[in-house]
Amino acid sequence: MNGVPISYYLVLSAILFGLGVVAFVFKRNIITIFMAIELMLNAVNLAFVAFARAHNQLDGLVFVFFVIVVAAAEAVVGLAIVITIVHNRKTLNVERVNLLKL
Amino acid sequence: MTLPFILFFVFAALAVLGALLLIAAREPIHSALSLVLVMISLAVLYLLLGAEFTAAVQIIVYAGAIMVLFVFVIMLLNAGVEERTNWSKLAKYAGLPLALFLLLELGHAMSQWSPRAYGTGTGMAGGLTGNAAFSTVDLSKQLFQKYLFPFEATSILILIAILGALVLAKRDE
Repeated sequence: MNGVPISYYLVLSAILFGLGVVAFVFKRNIITIFMAIELMLNAVNLAFVAFARAHNQLDGLVFVFFVIVVAAAEAVVGLAIVITIVHNRKTLNVERVNLLKL
Repeated sequence: MTLPFILFFVFAALAVLGALLLIAAREPIHSALSLVLVMISLAVLYLLLGAEFTAAVQIIVYAGAIMVLFVFVIMLLNAGVEERTNWSKLAKYAGLPLALFLLLELGHAMSQWSPRAYGTGTGMAGGLTGNAAFSTVDLSKQLFQKYLFPFEATSILILIAILGALVLAKRDE
């Protein structure tokens, strides 16, 4: 069924995680920064599934399930915070949200 | 080139392309749609790894529920084109090389990986995958027996998240 070596999946996971970090650092829009976090979580999920396949153990898949649940909770709370920030500051640009900055 | 290899490279390329589009797009809605592309390609890769339930959950929860929430908020806030800002010198000259270095290092470390290095491998040569798909029945047994307490804890987590979102999104009177 599957002749693709596990390390290929792991390298893809590393690439996606790296691109997620780049997006997280470079983007200025607060919603896009949230999407970068989701991208990194997805990359980690891919690594989990690949390791589960390599060890033929189901625990990795259970962890993916929990990661997805936590990501959903995080997205809900995060987007509520975004809406509150936009109501208060009238901007989506993270550089304008600098109330805690010295 | 066998079919799994072709499928892997096509959908891996699609996933990386989607991630690059997410970075390149100036409008948040384009970023959201390219993230959906990444998630659907990852679901196909999960199928390729034999994790059918995870692939279904990936499409239903991630590409469905979470991304609809993102698109909904983008449209609610009427998010337009992202402003260009001048980067700090540190980000300009050190950020990109360091990000590339992290990417290369992660890629190198991951490509060196083999199941035997960690002692728990099932003895498959070179990290090649087995044949059988993961059974959803076994997965549910794990979830509701071995991991019952974490499973119940996540339900409380979701309840707290709902309450938190309600409190945060409520207008101050």
